[in-house]
Amino acid sequence: MIRYLDEYRDPRLIEAIADRIRAIAPTHPINLMEVCGGHTLTIFKYGLKHFLPASINLISGPGCPVCVTDNSYIDYAVALSARPELIIASFGDMLRVPGSTGSLQSAKADGADVRICYSPLEALAIAEMHPEHQVVFLGIGFETTAPLVASAILRAAEYGLTNFSVLSAHKVMPPAMQAIIQAGEIALHGFICPGHVTAITGPEIYEFIARDHHLPCVVTGFEPLDVLEAILRLAEQIRAGIAKVENQYRRAVKPGGNAQAQAIMREVFEPAPATWRGLGTIPQSGLRIRDQYRDFCAETKFPLTLEPAVDQPGCICGDVMRGLKTPPECPLFRTICQPEHPCGACMVSAEGTCATYFKYHQSIP
Amino acid sequence: MTKITHAHGTGGQYTHDLIKNVFVRHFNNAQLNALLDSAILTAPSRQLVFTTDAHVVQPRFFPGGDIGRLAVAGTINDLAVCGARPLWLSAAFIIEEGFDLDELEKIVSSMQTTASTAGVSIVTGDTKVVNKGEADGVFITTAGIGIKLYSQPLGPARMAPGDSILISGYIGDHAAAIIKARQLFDIDLSVESDCAPLNSLTELLCSRLATIKIMRDPTRGGVATTLNEFVAGGTCGIRIYEDKLPVRSAVLGLCEPLGFDPLYLANEGKLIIVVSSAESDVCLDLLRSHPLGKHAAIIGEVVAQPSGRVLLRTTIGSNRVLEMLTGEMLPRIC
Repeated sequence: MIRYLDEYRDPRLIEAIADRIRAIAPTHPINLMEVCGGHTLTIFKYGLKHFLPASINLISGPGCPVCVTDNSYIDYAVALSARPELIIASFGDMLRVPGSTGSLQSAKADGADVRICYSPLEALAIAEMHPEHQVVFLGIGFETTAPLVASAILRAAEYGLTNFSVLSAHKVMPPAMQAIIQAGEIALHGFICPGHVTAITGPEIYEFIARDHHLPCVVTGFEPLDVLEAILRLAEQIRAGIAKVENQYRRAVKPGGNAQAQAIMREVFEPAPATWRGLGTIPQSGLRIRDQYRDFCAETKFPLTLEPAVDQPGCICGDVMRGLKTPPECPLFRTICQPEHPCGACMVSAEGTCATYFKYHQSIP
Repeated sequence: MTKITHAHGTGGQYTHDLIKNVFVRHFNNAQLNALLDSAILTAPSRQLVFTTDAHVVQPRFFPGGDIGRLAVAGTINDLAVCGARPLWLSAAFIIEEGFDLDELEKIVSSMQTTASTAGVSIVTGDTKVVNKGEADGVFITTAGIGIKLYSQPLGPARMAPGDSILISGYIGDHAAAIIKARQLFDIDLSVESDCAPLNSLTELLCSRLATIKIMRDPTRGGVATTLNEFVAGGTCGIRIYEDKLPVRSAVLGLCEPLGFDPLYLANEGKLIIVVSSAESDVCLDLLRSHPLGKHAAIIGEVVAQPSGRVLLRTTIGSNRVLEMLTGEMLPRIC
């Protein structure tokens, strides 16, 4: 496995690709958006900007599941956690996201039963072990995670579990990318498309971006050579004045994607409007649990009416999500907002743009 | 199967039986066997070095070690990296009611095995039993006393530009073994914790090298955090090279899918040493001559600028600042 990865980190290959990018890079500035937080991490961890000409500007997009989750969702989860009959099961990152009044972590310290899970199936196991409690799993994530959560719901249905439900904030990528293009707040010239999401969906989901918006798209993996090759291919398309969807990540992404995972996802979820941090409500961008499985929908089982969510004053996570601003432009960045005490979601997740800037974007004298 | 009950913590007959049948039987040394309120020790005419460490780990038994070995090796290593020869340890146990006596005995036996390998005696101790649910099985606190062998002072202030930085072997093994043992991820991985007392290795280095600047065992927070501790607030910086870092392919295989960085994974039997460049090759040879240092490597050097920072030269030739561990490492979600 490691030999296999080594090739994607070979300094000679990296230099060769970088040379080719420099040779064909346009003289006018171009903005390429890496949608996925995993790509942002690769770019910073390997200092890829060091290899790029000044005219190529990389902008981080809305591709970190924790970051795009709206405060209203956190507030809902925190309110649920106050009910003594409930166990809240969540991916670890979600605990630290500050909602309007507090985080799940502070709720836990106040006595709420909040447990960290690494997989929705673990939450299912908690439900089986605690028939006297209701277990609510906080389902966040894109097309990559949604099939896993769907399969947990299918399994719960198969077992006849009545004490397991999911608070779904699952989202799908293409409508958010379209919203960013249509908002027109930044002049985009191409997309570095998320590898993991596309392994499930297939690269076809980006066709409309190339066709209708004339923006090149390249699906790519998470090694430095992957990302540089995607940038090269985008630069080539821009130079040739064409826009198409290319798949650089053929070792994981197949045409049509993973049909089985898509089928499971479709069985349990249906498209619905969803609220994204920074982007607002986008039609068809969320995944709602179908009526057939409403017994496993936490919102149906435990309806709550909450005060409208408020953001931390001064936090510009929303602008960062839209690619309008970079974290150092935020007055809270590094001063008040740090990974140990985040003010906004982007500082929480390891793949959040602010956390990545905090960890890797120190100027090197 | 005998369980620990409150009776074992009352100070009465059960406590005495527990001390005699478990602790004295295994730890077995003149000072402890006297069963006085304190151990009476005769200190050689040297500087004394004194440390303490509390130990909590889940699971308590993992490939390559257990909480007992960890509790003894951890304190020994804190003494050893100060250039000291560890001599005596204390051990205090906080035990949850209902804890299995056989398991306690296994832990105590492992402590003694580790201590005797390192030439250390566990000379005093204490036991408390708390209600079920008030502790997670067993917590062990050890304290240790050693005598300073290395005549030079050791510390970050002694580092100077040009000094070499060495590591005694593969990084991240302990954390990887624990992650695997927790069975949270279905990842096929064979790796053992490196948990081991390092005092024979440090003693070898102290006896042969004249220019050791600082030594430390990179436990929680990993190599990246320890190196940052070396430069924090000082006048030097550190540069390390990603391609020089010894990392097992099994550990990388765990890190890649989860998005973890081996530089931030805990070690329990590794040593980072800073020596003058003149002695770096000798230091490397000495390390490699010892069973605990077979995979040692020179991983970087002390630099004048940027001060207070640790720079990593990546495998692909770029540079980035290596920060301390912030927050917790959690697997990526997509």
